[in-house]
Amino acid sequence: MHNHALTPTGTLTGGPPNGTVISAENLTKTYGDVAAVDGISFAVPAGESFGLLGPNGAGKSTTMKMIGGVTRRTAGQLSIMGLDPDTHGPEVRAHLGVVPQQDNLDEELRVRDNLLVYGRYFGLPMSYLRPKADELLEFAQLTDKAKSKVDALSGGMKRRLTIARSLINEPRILLLDEPTTGLDPQARHILWDRLFRLKEQGVTLILTTHYMDEAEQLCDRLIVVDKGRIMAEGSPAQLIREHSTREVVELRFGSERNATIGSRLEGIGERLEVLPDRVLMYAHDGESALEQVSARGLRPLTSLVRRSSLEDVFLRLTGRSLID
Amino acid sequence: MSAPAQARSRTFGPLYSRNARAVIARGLMATRSTNWLVMVSGFFEPVLFLISMGVGLGSIVGDVQGPDGTRISYAAYIAPALLAVSAMNGAVYDSTWNVFFKMNFAKLYQGMLYTSLGPLDVALGEIFLALLRGMLYATGFTAVMGVMGLITTPWALLMIPASVLIAFGFASLGMGITSFLKTFQQMDWINFILLPMFLFSATFYPLSVYPEPIQWFIQAMPLWHGVELLRQISVGSFTAATPVHIGYYLVMTAAGMLLTTLRLRSLFLK
Repeated sequence: MHNHALTPTGTLTGGPPNGTVISAENLTKTYGDVAAVDGISFAVPAGESFGLLGPNGAGKSTTMKMIGGVTRRTAGQLSIMGLDPDTHGPEVRAHLGVVPQQDNLDEELRVRDNLLVYGRYFGLPMSYLRPKADELLEFAQLTDKAKSKVDALSGGMKRRLTIARSLINEPRILLLDEPTTGLDPQARHILWDRLFRLKEQGVTLILTTHYMDEAEQLCDRLIVVDKGRIMAEGSPAQLIREHSTREVVELRFGSERNATIGSRLEGIGERLEVLPDRVLMYAHDGESALEQVSARGLRPLTSLVRRSSLEDVFLRLTGRSLID
Repeated sequence: MSAPAQARSRTFGPLYSRNARAVIARGLMATRSTNWLVMVSGFFEPVLFLISMGVGLGSIVGDVQGPDGTRISYAAYIAPALLAVSAMNGAVYDSTWNVFFKMNFAKLYQGMLYTSLGPLDVALGEIFLALLRGMLYATGFTAVMGVMGLITTPWALLMIPASVLIAFGFASLGMGITSFLKTFQQMDWINFILLPMFLFSATFYPLSVYPEPIQWFIQAMPLWHGVELLRQISVGSFTAATPVHIGYYLVMTAAGMLLTTLRLRSLFLK
């Protein structure tokens, strides 16, 4: 039994192919006097990969918890496939897959049993779960670990198992809270590949991250969140176009001199950002900007010309780095 | 009636999805693979007490007066009390330490609650597991009493369901209380309450040794009612106090379940 029957069928199969699966209006969550999420609004169409980008404490995880119905909102409207998660938590979650920030695999169960037992929490029958678990182990490249204990797995494997587990109920929406934090580059790329495949299958991905490269790789569209508010919204390319230049020159003059040298760089490029450890020079053409720096007789210890990234967008919007 | 309306009409719509059996199945599977040693040790504890105090100490105490006035061996006197203590300890361990750990460290409930399960499914499942374990212990201990020749009447078999009732009272109240506790230091208070209750609830000697005010105090405590109830059942001698003991646990269970359910929202649905 797949719990589809619990939700009105119209919102599940009926609607237009790109119907909105999540809509939030003025979503607010306050703890005492502190607003963790301060009136944000967004809508996510089915099949989209939607990102929430922001530093720690921006309110990303709180938003995810409200979507999953495990944290009640203080104010605003929230609708997940036409249902209010506050009043229909179990029904909403029947169609959600959740990958929390910290793995919370069941350490007392073996790898395959983790999948089976999790499926039972959704009320799914064993006849469906046994082949499904094997299929997901294959998908997560963990088939040979089926009988292992969870704590014998590496960090990347645990993460993949958590993702496999979140897919046991064939969710229509997958919530990923910082899916690759703490993983080495190789493990991250394997994970990204798996998430790509899910996206190709039409699963709506909602992910939070504070890695710009991850957001650029995975998100069709994203909101930049800071202090519980939306600072900007758009596709990664769009955001970069609107809030940054094409290229960035990173100059390091040594931590003593970065601040004092700033004034001598005035006029080169379109904008200058002086950070404690480096100077960022925003320019359409990075190489020619760098030549102008040399022409003024300035010799940075290191210099680097790169494309603008979402990190620069974030810096521009908030005046702060994503990872402090 | 549309599905959302149905869910709204259920009192516990967001709290309960009628799937506590999945939580129970998970508990049994986990027990099979890792926890069985803890379970075995929980069974032996009262048995060791019975041998040391009942047989050892009993050899110099001799026979004592039983609940119905006849003389019974000291071991037969304390055995039902130890069973009550074991029901209490097992239920309290499962509903306090076990729940505390799963809630704050293993993040097990966090994972469960991101599924279709509601907090009430989790609570019912965990309490059921605590009671199942309590019943297994009670059955084992009753069998040991039988082997040691401490059972003289078929009434004694009723000690098993009575132990489950005692466990139910402690488990439901214990889970409610645990929901307030946040640190290990606070968890230690539980032991601070349990140990004196174990030692002084007429477990090893009759209540009459105390001055009257202390007697009243002990009679207000839950364990004394459990000890008296099982002691009466063990010899099949019932008085007007018997329904009072049973009623005490029924009220305690109801109060505990009410407290636990009220706390679930603030615990899990912040």
